[in-house]
Amino acid sequence: MRLINLKPGRPLAVFLALLPFALAFLAYAVASQIRLEANAADKLLPAPGTVWDTAVRLTTEGDRRTGRILFWHDTWASLQRLGLGIGISAGVGLIFGLLIGLLPLMRSFLAQFVAVLSMIPPLALLPILFIVFGLGELSKVVLIVIGTLPFLIRDLSQRVLDLPEELLVKAQTLGASSWVIAIRVALPQVMPRLIQSVRLSLGPAWLFLIAAEAIASDLGLGYRIFLVRRYLAMDVILTYVIWITILAFLIDWTLRWVSRRYFPWAGAGL
Amino acid sequence: MSFVSVRNVFQTYGRRPIIERVDLDVTEGEFISIVGASGCGKSTFLRLLLAQERPTRGEIRIADAPPASEPGLDRGVVFQRYSVFPHLTVRENIVAGEGFRRGWGRFFGAARRAALTRADDTLARIGLDHVAGHYPATLSGGMQQRLAIGQALAARPRVLLLDEPFGALDPGTRQSMHAFLTDLRTETGMTVFMVTHDLEEAFKLGDRVLVFDKPRWDPHDPDVNGATITYDFDARNGGIPFQTLEEKTHVLHPV
Repeated sequence: MRLINLKPGRPLAVFLALLPFALAFLAYAVASQIRLEANAADKLLPAPGTVWDTAVRLTTEGDRRTGRILFWHDTWASLQRLGLGIGISAGVGLIFGLLIGLLPLMRSFLAQFVAVLSMIPPLALLPILFIVFGLGELSKVVLIVIGTLPFLIRDLSQRVLDLPEELLVKAQTLGASSWVIAIRVALPQVMPRLIQSVRLSLGPAWLFLIAAEAIASDLGLGYRIFLVRRYLAMDVILTYVIWITILAFLIDWTLRWVSRRYFPWAGAGL
Repeated sequence: MSFVSVRNVFQTYGRRPIIERVDLDVTEGEFISIVGASGCGKSTFLRLLLAQERPTRGEIRIADAPPASEPGLDRGVVFQRYSVFPHLTVRENIVAGEGFRRGWGRFFGAARRAALTRADDTLARIGLDHVAGHYPATLSGGMQQRLAIGQALAARPRVLLLDEPFGALDPGTRQSMHAFLTDLRTETGMTVFMVTHDLEEAFKLGDRVLVFDKPRWDPHDPDVNGATITYDFDARNGGIPFQTLEEKTHVLHPV
């Protein structure tokens, strides 16, 4: 039988899906064991048990000076920046995507400009953002917006352009104005795509968030990681990295659920 | 006075003529089938009727109105595919036929309830009431086309344009769609233009059958000439073809 025709049953599929996680964990545990046997004070690869203890300590015990549990404050601060940045990006991207996709005049006016803008490496602008917007929340949110907005505009305007010409003509024969076509035909049909694009943008958004937090912040997941790097506190770093991964995965999963729940007609495209 | 009048229409893409010297008069309530080989300008002609494109020369008037510059309420259309809105349920698609012309593209309050009732009547008439809450993607091809026709008619156009509406359907479904369309026509008395590849269908449904073809053919440069209406058949009397030749201009007449 050809390999391309070999399909796993349900139990095997689950087993195969879990296998790489187990293997990665095992590899880490073995490597950690080897290093700790050679030097019990090794900080580079703490034992899984140590990481777990640290995680429990970080999530339950308050800061010695302020009594706040910094882990949750970091999480809240980062999620706020991320949500704000991605939210603004999605909103503005949707509006400009519709304008560029639907109106030939706007397309001539802005499409090339956005294409050029999207080539600017956002991190190169970070110093400018810090200078202009200061070191507060604003510069971090703006970095996420700048980093993800051009992609969203280009992607969404392309989706609008991909709408079958027939649908737009049909809407016109039903007497729809440009406005009605935008809100009743184009907007609902690009909404699932917007969620899809936001899911794709989340990776870069986290990157920009952590980069901005690493450079100038006093709270946030990225800030904490770069802070404890000075003490080679690998157990803390690993806890935070795993937590960020879980957060990113949960956000992605939620968006996919929303998309399936509210746009059932979009079907297999999700 | 003719209802739809086409006067000396030319359409050229770049330097390539697609159709040339098309003249046509259609009285209200006629069913016009348009046939012809691929690339002979049938669909271009339909787009011109739809005002999706404007002719390079000549003009098309419906009910003596000035030539339209963009598609509008007076022309309804059904394409072979993508004729219904995939994000609206079957019922909402019918409501859209009346609602899209409004400021927000929808009805509110009592007007909405009335529109929904009317939509349910329409659905019952076109035999889709059992799937009113479904999305079009879950419907068969024939049901989708029935929905598309129902939606186009809900807007009450002066002229209905069909671009190979049954091209993607299986023969059985096609037969039932013919019956469906014939019934609707008797009910509404609408003027219909239908582009089709199927000669039998063209003669069965149409009052007149127009043939688009290139009257002159240059073997060295086939694209130099455009197509025009080369035959105009009377297709009434039970759909038996070739009774009366109505075309006067571009054909050789038996002496």
